[in-house]
Amino acid sequence: MMQTPALVLKGISKKFGAITANADISISLQVGEVIALLGENGAGKTTLMNILFGHYMPDEGSVEIEGKPLVLGKPRNAIAMGVGMVHQHFSLAPNLTVLENIMTGTEPLFSLRSKTEAARAKLTKLADRFGLLVDPDAFVSDLSVGEQQRVEILKALFNDCRILILDEPTAVLTQPEAEQLFRLLRVMATEGLSIIFISHKLHEVMNGADRVVVLKGGRLVAERQTSATDKAELAELMVGHQVKRPTRSKTTPGPVVMKAKDVTLIQDGHKRLDNVNFELRENEVLSIIGVSGNGQAQLAQVLSGLVKPSSGTVEVLGELSNNLTPTELTERGVARIPEDRNTEGAIGALSLWQNAILQRIRDPRFSKRGIVRGQAAETYTQDIIRNFDVRGGTPQTEARLLSGGNLQKLILGRNLSENPRILIAAQPARGLDEGAIAEVHRRLLEVRAAGAGILLISEELEETMLLADRVQAIVNGCLSPPVATQTLDSRQLGFMMAGEWGGLEHAV
Amino acid sequence: MIDLIDILFTTGLWSSALRIATPLIFATLGALLCERAGVLNLGIEGIMTFGAMAGWLAVFMGADLWTGVMVAAICGATFGLLHSGLAVVLGLSQHVAGLGITLFASSLSYYIFRLAVPVQGTPPTIEPFQPWSVPVLSDLPLFGPTLFSQTPLTYLALILALVMAYVLNRTPIGLAIRITGENPHAAEAQGLNPIAIRIGAVVTGSALMAMGGAYLTLAAFNSFFPTMVQGRGWVCIALVVFAMWRPGRALLGAILFAVFDAYQLRLQTNFGKAVPYQLFLMLPYVLSIVALVVMSRKAKVPRALMKPYRRGERD
Amino acid sequence: MRFERREQPVAAITIGAPILAVTISLLVAGGLIALAGAPVLASYASIFTSAFGSKLAITETLTRAIPLMFTGLAAAVAFRAKVWNIGAEGQLYIGALAAAAAGLWITAPPIITIPALIVIAACAGMVLLVIPVFMRVRFGVDEVVTTLLLNFIVLLFVSLAIEGFLRDPLAFGWPQSVPIPEEGRLPKLVDRSRLHFGLVIAVGFAILVYLIHRYTVFGLQSRAAGESQSGAAFAGVPIARTLLGVACLSGGLAGVAGAVEAMGVKGFVSTDLSPGFGYSGIVVAMLANLNPIGVIFAALFVAAVFVGADGMSRSMEVPTFIADVTVSLALLTMLIALFFAAYRVRW
Repeated sequence: MMQTPALVLKGISKKFGAITANADISISLQVGEVIALLGENGAGKTTLMNILFGHYMPDEGSVEIEGKPLVLGKPRNAIAMGVGMVHQHFSLAPNLTVLENIMTGTEPLFSLRSKTEAARAKLTKLADRFGLLVDPDAFVSDLSVGEQQRVEILKALFNDCRILILDEPTAVLTQPEAEQLFRLLRVMATEGLSIIFISHKLHEVMNGADRVVVLKGGRLVAERQTSATDKAELAELMVGHQVKRPTRSKTTPGPVVMKAKDVTLIQDGHKRLDNVNFELRENEVLSIIGVSGNGQAQLAQVLSGLVKPSSGTVEVLGELSNNLTPTELTERGVARIPEDRNTEGAIGALSLWQNAILQRIRDPRFSKRGIVRGQAAETYTQDIIRNFDVRGGTPQTEARLLSGGNLQKLILGRNLSENPRILIAAQPARGLDEGAIAEVHRRLLEVRAAGAGILLISEELEETMLLADRVQAIVNGCLSPPVATQTLDSRQLGFMMAGEWGGLEHAV
Repeated sequence: MIDLIDILFTTGLWSSALRIATPLIFATLGALLCERAGVLNLGIEGIMTFGAMAGWLAVFMGADLWTGVMVAAICGATFGLLHSGLAVVLGLSQHVAGLGITLFASSLSYYIFRLAVPVQGTPPTIEPFQPWSVPVLSDLPLFGPTLFSQTPLTYLALILALVMAYVLNRTPIGLAIRITGENPHAAEAQGLNPIAIRIGAVVTGSALMAMGGAYLTLAAFNSFFPTMVQGRGWVCIALVVFAMWRPGRALLGAILFAVFDAYQLRLQTNFGKAVPYQLFLMLPYVLSIVALVVMSRKAKVPRALMKPYRRGERD
Repeated sequence: MRFERREQPVAAITIGAPILAVTISLLVAGGLIALAGAPVLASYASIFTSAFGSKLAITETLTRAIPLMFTGLAAAVAFRAKVWNIGAEGQLYIGALAAAAAGLWITAPPIITIPALIVIAACAGMVLLVIPVFMRVRFGVDEVVTTLLLNFIVLLFVSLAIEGFLRDPLAFGWPQSVPIPEEGRLPKLVDRSRLHFGLVIAVGFAILVYLIHRYTVFGLQSRAAGESQSGAAFAGVPIARTLLGVACLSGGLAGVAGAVEAMGVKGFVSTDLSPGFGYSGIVVAMLANLNPIGVIFAALFVAAVFVGADGMSRSMEVPTFIADVTVSLALLTMLIALFFAAYRVRW
């Protein structure tokens, strides 16, 4: 007898303006099954799950949970019918406690008293049952990223979910933590939960899921049992064609261009960077690899001239640079690609040409005695648009109208067309589709071959193995000693990211 | 010197401090509620003004005092609805929307007042709230007459502070309000409706603000005149920061401020010849600024304060 | 009901928004006039004739627009950088007071005195706004409340000054300051009217601000800092210095508003020098969508409403507050109109 599927999505379609995010997608999920939703960035995976959970309303389509129709458009209905979601960017209130975050919305809104003790008991029981240990009275802002994810999962379990959605759950976890998470998901599945997780990492999908559903360009292009496929087939299904990844040619590293010595940063009473040491040379890529939340953002801010270290020194081209402003760094040939292109990399309301020259506004090409040379700036920007294939506008177009990939190309262009000596690139390929990722990587390797030293701050194993000559892992603000990437394989790099640095050959 | 300290020990000082504090308590709690949900309500000065006018006018036209307070509250709630429409539903700049409402509500209140009460020599008055002495308690030495012989609105204000503290911290609706002010996406992900919660908080908060204004005309003074609120609304916005967005602290802050204000008034009568009275009048405003500077460095602002929430748009 | 951001704001609505705002606010004002028992259409006509119906009316309207242009520019400059300067009223008064005080010591021909007084007034206004903005930059104190509270403090200080050390010994009755010296008085543009040279200065400053915003590094940096502080900081814009620069420009403009009003219209400073020009300036700036040239026209409109309503209320026995109601309502409707230019509604 055919068991009623836990979940059926029928013909889901959604457009945002001119962009089709989902086109006629139908998926079914059996009770106790773990399926992975695979696709590159922009394929429509998160949109689909947001529709299921009620954050968005689809243009067409319906959803059934255990045979009963789900009223779409409000998370309240999804939660009531047993759907829980662990969001990619956690839906938590940092200034409230764990218990408060979990209790929100679980009681009738106008009852006269919150039943805190009963909730605490239920939470403790759930935490023990699934091994998700966390202090109910801790403030979320004091928790590590991994602990915060546990709270997200507990929120769903507390609401008695029977279908659990996880959106890129291992983006913020170390390798051992990720393995632990998938063991937990298996346990949940055997207890009758049905699970969908979104990922773009092939090894994770192969190991963690029973079945994989591949999305591309908003459409469902394939479904496979993981036992009946392999990474190569999935990669091709995901992207649709063989994406040529650039290869790293051999270069000889030159003299040191940037050096950090015992850099420590204390913010809000927390030690974000702890005696960080590294040396970056010409003609090489040094990768600082780590799971998000271990101090990379702060390291990037120190090196970008936005924050002064509490102690220690940074030298750029032999000059002490602790107190240099972003403008001074830029003048000295330091190019910076920020982690968040939308809040730091560009100002949406300004035009492309204004975004292109803002960090160089004092350059005599672009201003004279306080007056902006608009014509020269527009010509300069036109060159960048042409040389870096920036699509979606003219120099006068507002930056917020550009897609993520094109904005990143503009940011690359405004930096690389100045032949930098040093390039600090923080998560340069984050959120881009495969084609754009390959393009970014190709450009970085070009800059390396042209003689620059690149400091790549990355979360992605594959990216580091591909681009970096040497790698140092960052864990809790501490840097491991540098290791040559050709002496490592992915698994060893994974352990480095998790903080296990013993027994490695150091490459200075 | 002895005189300066002596003033502190007169029941007269503390008694008038509580009277001065009452409208501040209502309005500060109202602003606090809005801000806890994530909405800055700069319409406070105008809403207090309109509440003062509406309450007074209702009584002037024959209603009893408590009905007057109700009328003020309803008017306040209506302006709160307008502010929510602009700042919450449409997500417009909370600063500009609030200022627009202050200008609109103040001028509208003066206009309606003038329609009802033509210009004359002495403005008309009404019979205000009388102090109501709590039996037994008001005969206690020292603070008996101070604390227990106040108008009912003052008792209401004190109780309100305690009730709001309880509601915010110990009830589901209070938790819902707090999480909406910290991260509306988190509220939505738990099945709540952050837009509705913000609207509810702003409407309720604005009603409280208007009641604070009504106290001015129905208890403190007994007539209405343009510009009578004199910037008290802005002082309350400062007091919310000083109170670190907590009702208990807001109560203390309002009373502290009122003591200072009452003290300053008495200093005027003692030293009025030597020192210009304007300097004394300036002191409360200066104090508010100092309090803001001192508290701003430490205060944990509700994280989503002043960020509009739009469904389907992530930051 | 949902709102979707449009790719491009609808140009027709953006340009038409001020007109739409004005029309709706006038319609609502009509309702309030009816409430007063006055004939609505006749009242509209009376507003128009009081504002534009004669040479005297037009000069009155223009005169009334002058301080509004300055405070409108002050608000526009500040808001564009997301500096919430609500203290224009206080900056106006301190500028006027500084001009009056300086007038006691400066004895020189008008060609020197007038610019000197204006510069001194600008400096006074600057200082008054730099203090709250400094507190924001250094301590994170929201400048909205501090600028508002300073308004009250300044007004009390002005009252103190004109009752004390700046008192005009020859004036009887209502206290007023020492008069602006004859060499500091602004010449009249039209005989037998109150219209003075300040109009030229105001329009000149509007053009200057426009040029600064459009063509200078400071203009670009201040806009960047207002649109995205993190993006601007990353690009190396010196945020603190830029915001303080904005404070100087905005506060200075408001200070000049006060001086010009004292030098051009009243001839001295009193506590009723400004019927809320500082606050109305915010409305002017919003109606102009923060555009400096638009401020000129928005100021004319707001002045017309005030002057027209003044005249109308006298002849129709409608309370004078109708002007403030209309103007503040125009602000709110303008905000709503701008919203619908940028977002579309989905049911």
